[in-house]
Amino acid sequence: MTQLILFNVFNGLIIGAFYALMALGLSLILNLSGVINFAHGGFLAIGGYLAFTLIPYVGFWGALALAPVLTAIIGILVERVLIRRLYGRDPLYSLLLTFGLAFIFEDGTRYIWGPQTLPFSVPDYLASPLSSDYFFLTGYRLFMVVLVAVAVTALFLLLTYTRLGARIRAGTLDLETVSVLGVNVRILRNLNFGLGIYLAGLAGVLAAGMLGLQPTIGSDLIMPSFVAIIIGGLGSLPGTLLGGLLIGVASGVVTVFYPSASEAVIYIMMGLVLLVRPRGLLGEEGRF
Amino acid sequence: MNAINKRVAADVLVWILLLTMPYWLNGLGGYTSLGSRVLVLALAAMSLNFLLGFTGVLSFGHAAYFGLGAYGAGMTIKYLVPSTLTGIAVGVIVGTTAAAIIGTLIVRLRGIYFAMVTIAFGQVFYYIAFRWNSVTGGDDGLSGWQRLPIDLGFTRIDILGNDKAFYYLVLVCFAIAVAIMAALLRSPFGRTLLAIRENERRARFLGIPVDRHIWFSWLISCVFVSLAGALYALLNNFADPHNLRWDQSGDFVIMAVLGGMRSFWGPLIGAAIFVVLQDYVSSQTDNWMSFIGLFFVLVVLFFPRGVLGLVRRSAPS
Amino acid sequence: MPKDIFSQHLKRRTILKAGLAIGAMQVTSPFVIKALGEEPIKFGLNDPFTGTYAELGKNEKIGCELAIEEINKKGGILSRHVELLSEDSTSADTGTAVQKAHKLIERDKVTFLLGNVNSAMALAIGEVSHQAKVLHIVTGGHTDAVTGTDCHWNVFRVCNTTRMETNSVSKLLFDKFGKKWYFITPDYAFGHTLQQGFEASLKKFGGMEVGASLTPLGTSDFSSYLIKAQAAKPDVIIFLTAGQDAVNSLKQAVQFGLEKKFHIAGAQQELEVLEGLPPNARIGTWVFEWYWNQPNVPHVKEFVAAIKKKTGGKVPTARHWFGYASVWTCALIANEKKTLDAVKLAKGLENFQLPPEVALMPNKVFYRAGDNQLMPDLYVGHAVEKGPTPEDLFHVDSIVKGVDAALPVSETGCHLKWPTI
Repeated sequence: MTQLILFNVFNGLIIGAFYALMALGLSLILNLSGVINFAHGGFLAIGGYLAFTLIPYVGFWGALALAPVLTAIIGILVERVLIRRLYGRDPLYSLLLTFGLAFIFEDGTRYIWGPQTLPFSVPDYLASPLSSDYFFLTGYRLFMVVLVAVAVTALFLLLTYTRLGARIRAGTLDLETVSVLGVNVRILRNLNFGLGIYLAGLAGVLAAGMLGLQPTIGSDLIMPSFVAIIIGGLGSLPGTLLGGLLIGVASGVVTVFYPSASEAVIYIMMGLVLLVRPRGLLGEEGRF
Repeated sequence: MNAINKRVAADVLVWILLLTMPYWLNGLGGYTSLGSRVLVLALAAMSLNFLLGFTGVLSFGHAAYFGLGAYGAGMTIKYLVPSTLTGIAVGVIVGTTAAAIIGTLIVRLRGIYFAMVTIAFGQVFYYIAFRWNSVTGGDDGLSGWQRLPIDLGFTRIDILGNDKAFYYLVLVCFAIAVAIMAALLRSPFGRTLLAIRENERRARFLGIPVDRHIWFSWLISCVFVSLAGALYALLNNFADPHNLRWDQSGDFVIMAVLGGMRSFWGPLIGAAIFVVLQDYVSSQTDNWMSFIGLFFVLVVLFFPRGVLGLVRRSAPS
Repeated sequence: MPKDIFSQHLKRRTILKAGLAIGAMQVTSPFVIKALGEEPIKFGLNDPFTGTYAELGKNEKIGCELAIEEINKKGGILSRHVELLSEDSTSADTGTAVQKAHKLIERDKVTFLLGNVNSAMALAIGEVSHQAKVLHIVTGGHTDAVTGTDCHWNVFRVCNTTRMETNSVSKLLFDKFGKKWYFITPDYAFGHTLQQGFEASLKKFGGMEVGASLTPLGTSDFSSYLIKAQAAKPDVIIFLTAGQDAVNSLKQAVQFGLEKKFHIAGAQQELEVLEGLPPNARIGTWVFEWYWNQPNVPHVKEFVAAIKKKTGGKVPTARHWFGYASVWTCALIANEKKTLDAVKLAKGLENFQLPPEVALMPNKVFYRAGDNQLMPDLYVGHAVEKGPTPEDLFHVDSIVKGVDAALPVSETGCHLKWPTI
């Protein structure tokens, strides 16, 4: 039994890392621009589909490098044309607009690539287990964890040591002052959005390797991402990371004892956090 | 015409249209159950708007009480008492009780936190309905039952076979709900809600017990949304976990915004547009999701006050 | 034609006039008064074309469309033209499915209702068709209740019950692979009844169920369940998952290398799933409800060629055949009985046998009286990573007659109540 629990904790961390990747992108966008991006799942799907299309030309690694960038470019365009107009308005409107966008993305991917599940294969050397006993530690899952770790580290390095990062961090605290100090806030928001979508695209490529690639691949992942953000604390990126890992592990452990509740448990956790400590585990008081 | 006359005229027009809907809808290429569906969802959207548009509080989990109403009605008819009216009553009671309890827990939160906690509870109910297969039918839904003719002693109203009869039953429930909500909004209680919506802090400084008002507004809106849910189950002869999911809640919010959050009849217009548009476009093309999505985007960008927001250029309410 | 008028209006209209204006547009079909004999007979297909089941619904539609074309070439039904109206039921919102069923029956006045892939929707729209006394063929919903506890006189089903699927393959699995079985069961009626079917077989043969995992529908990560399965040390891991769940669970099972240690098998499998899996995950012993590569069965080649023309080169799956057979069933019985009266047609379908060019199966295919369930053949075989042709992903090992695998009518829980005429 303890072995089973241990397996599931490990596994939960792996899945949690994936949730964290997705939630981080959402969190970035939410913190700086106050935009609730319900289309995040759609961007994830686009990332996966672009990777699928690119693999025959540039191979798996090329697709992994390129697809998120292309997705980010689409994200930047979307921000420029649509989302920009909603700044300063009630977050409800960005929610509804991105809700509509999510519809368009789902239908668009279905229209372009078809409704059938596409056979996305990862390189063989990644896809096999590393040991017979710990068979669930497949190369692919470990690769996912490593990739997420690299991405998260890169993100934190970017935010801490680059000028763009400093501006983003300052902007989440007080955008008005940042603007007064001479920073072009428009471009800042635009790039920040692109960064968030880059993470979504990356998550999409990873997801396509693990799940079946079809137009609704992102829609079930969007709510858990919000849950991760709330549990970790709105406004806190480390919180989001922690939130993602927590819900992954919780879900995994609950699966051992009571599989029917394995998805409900993350909402129960979120409910408890909101009732007891609304700002989340690592969030700041009065942030939103 | 001054403002009050205009309002009365609008009300009269709406009621005339609703009373005669089965007759003109079919001529326009609709069908009676489409009209019933519009009414039921309009009731849900208007109930949500009681909280959203008039109290200023966003709930993204109203589908939970909608669904509880649906399952309450369905399970009553299937397992307990084969009576439509009892089913409706039980559905409303179940939804309201849950809302009352949950309301006390969440009423101190605001903004996005309130919205997310309503999602949390909503999803928990969704998963209960989804997994508790033996009772709720799980993913297969609660089937094998139907709305039963109403036996009023002196006459029997066949709401099962006769679509028009069912439409008028829905209309009666709708009318009762709407009358109560309108009366509340015009009362001092309603005025207080508007004050809370406009500036909560100031309302609190004036000594208004804000949390209690919000709780009551929440309760009223959930009573009627569970009524809508019960009627929805009767409309379909089916109850479905999907009725509890967050995207169903999202649909109600969209209907309210589409029609105009700040106006009383706005959500009715929004529901009508949403349902009819989707019904029409999905018959024409499989890519209807793109059109609907595009429609949302355009409405949010260019008509954020909704249809009725355009129609009335004057200050809200 | 009405459709062109609609699209013109669509361009001119402003967004705000959407609601009621669209309603007004809906019916401006020019009221040409046609002689009754020229009024086309309509089939209404209520299936998901968006969401998770979009692919399956689309394939059923293509099968229906082919049948409609063929019927019209052969003179239609009772010398009248036939036409297909299809409405998107969505994959998850049963309310929409019911609404569309009402639309097809009340507004469009279809003579025959077809659908749905989703079992819950099949049941729900079965209620609608039953109320309206319209002949209804369920094309792709597998829950046993459709021709079991919730059966109706007007509802017929083309695809198999779960019991038929399990009974057709269980002996083979027991004899070939071993007696200890572990179930990966999706937690909804379809999964439960499949498991019950297999458990009944195990009891009969003296096998042993070493464990089962109920997986929530829509699970993306099966690792915890697969971990449990491995720990139980079965001979066979039985995957009862379908659709997206099947793709995910099999993909992950292969990533874990489970197929090297255990046999992988299950009941129902579909070509759409195999096509969606990466080649190395195309493994396992399964049952197909129809397969395109049947060299010894007449008429199949023509069907395959005709479907390929419609799909741009892709071979037909069981879903195409479900749609095709459903439409043809209605046409054949209507032409035979020379009526459109639903009760007479339903009575006529009792023990009705499909002709070979519609059945496309080696043995006799007929609708069983008593529960309105079609008795087709079931194709037991195994998935292949790479077949002789790129689309040949399944190798048929044996064919089982549905009527042998099915429960007798008395045990299905179906009691048909015919309307008193």
